[in-house]
Amino acid sequence: MTETVGSGTAAGLSRESIARRLAQDLRDGFVVNLGVGIPLLIPRFIVPGTEVILHAENGVLGLGPAPPPGQEDPDLTDAGKQPATLTSGAAIVDSAMSFAIVRGGHLDVTVLGALQVSQHGDLANWYVPGKNPAVGGAMDLVAGAREVWAVMEHVDRSGRPKLVERCTFPLTGRRVVTRVYTDLAVFHVADGELRLKECAPGVPPEEVRARTEARYVEDL
Amino acid sequence: MIDKLRDDVMSVLDVVPSGASLAVGGFGSSGRPDTLLDALCDLGRRDLHLIVNNVGSDFTGVGRMLAEGRIRRLTASFPVLPEFYDEYFAGQVELELVPQGTLAERLRAGGAGIPAFYTPTSAGTMLSDGTFPLRYAGDGGTAECLPEREVRDFGGREHVLEYGIVADFGLVKAYQGDRKGNLRFHLSARNFNPVAGMSGRRVFAEIQELVEVDELQPDDVHLPGVFVDDVLLAAASPPKQPTIARSWT
Repeated sequence: MTETVGSGTAAGLSRESIARRLAQDLRDGFVVNLGVGIPLLIPRFIVPGTEVILHAENGVLGLGPAPPPGQEDPDLTDAGKQPATLTSGAAIVDSAMSFAIVRGGHLDVTVLGALQVSQHGDLANWYVPGKNPAVGGAMDLVAGAREVWAVMEHVDRSGRPKLVERCTFPLTGRRVVTRVYTDLAVFHVADGELRLKECAPGVPPEEVRARTEARYVEDL
Repeated sequence: MIDKLRDDVMSVLDVVPSGASLAVGGFGSSGRPDTLLDALCDLGRRDLHLIVNNVGSDFTGVGRMLAEGRIRRLTASFPVLPEFYDEYFAGQVELELVPQGTLAERLRAGGAGIPAFYTPTSAGTMLSDGTFPLRYAGDGGTAECLPEREVRDFGGREHVLEYGIVADFGLVKAYQGDRKGNLRFHLSARNFNPVAGMSGRRVFAEIQELVEVDELQPDDVHLPGVFVDDVLLAAASPPKQPTIARSWT
């Protein structure tokens, strides 16, 4: 796992540190779905004493970490089709029930990576035109979960802001994001408006401003 | 006397014509009915419409069908296999890309006698606004897009109309089954299998283990035999007990 700083600054958080920061906001009893990328780093940082039930789209409630070598079971995988384990108290459901849980508002939080988030909370994360399109459960998750937390590096590889006025990549959902965690800052979306709630240690608000295209209110 | 157990997969699947629509269980290779898929390949069926969550990542199962050019249209959420996209962009196979939860519910609804339903999923995206290419022309242009969805407001929120899927045939894989067609799945290999079994008008189930009638307790039947027409034995591999994890560290 790389420890590179996405925004090319001396200060910003590593991918692990973004995951650790987000994990502090997961409350005891939450049912949470984690997407691929940085979200998959979150479980190891869940605060001790906090019980979080992880949901996987393929019908697992109570997903555990990868099994030790030799213990893999082809009948038990996570949503990325990797071998998985269960945690104590787990339950298995079929795909329709799995997405009834998602769509029906029974999921407290879905944490997903993002290509772009707009200032109104629009999310683009499923498709880069010209590449191979695949959507999986992303559109269901953002439409159904009570909270949608986007976790991403603040700018892309060429330094362009990912928090934008308007998404240029195809949308996963309109006005769905409720929080954004990046290497530089934490934002909340309230009433369709982006609010800067927190800067990473050593990151001045001016630097966040300089690397953000979206309009937002400082609410530190 | 109901006895749905069959011994010859080729003669049973011979009723599936080329051009048929097939609802197929599985999530990647987990719970995918490869015995049935292989039989359709061996029978030389073509021009098939597969409704299945993934193609998979290799040339087994659905991937084999694709590699042999047997698929006309794929209805799926996450195809994955790069060779599938080569054929899609070349206009050789159609892709009806459907959000995973919408796909599961469309199969369930089709099997439950519900012709259509509204969902917030995909509202305001290119999977509902009529701009996603279903079929390429072969010269790089788009021949046909997914239809624009009807939109309706419920509680101040946009929802899109999605249609239930009634497939000609359902292909499922289960851990245990009996001669009445009652099925029980194992862990996350359950996934799309129950809804594929509901959607298909005629349903073939390959099972890893045949059990005596009443050995599966009524409370433990995941998909009752009423949905299943033919039971066949799969190439068996005994399931494992799940590992219960103590912590994430």
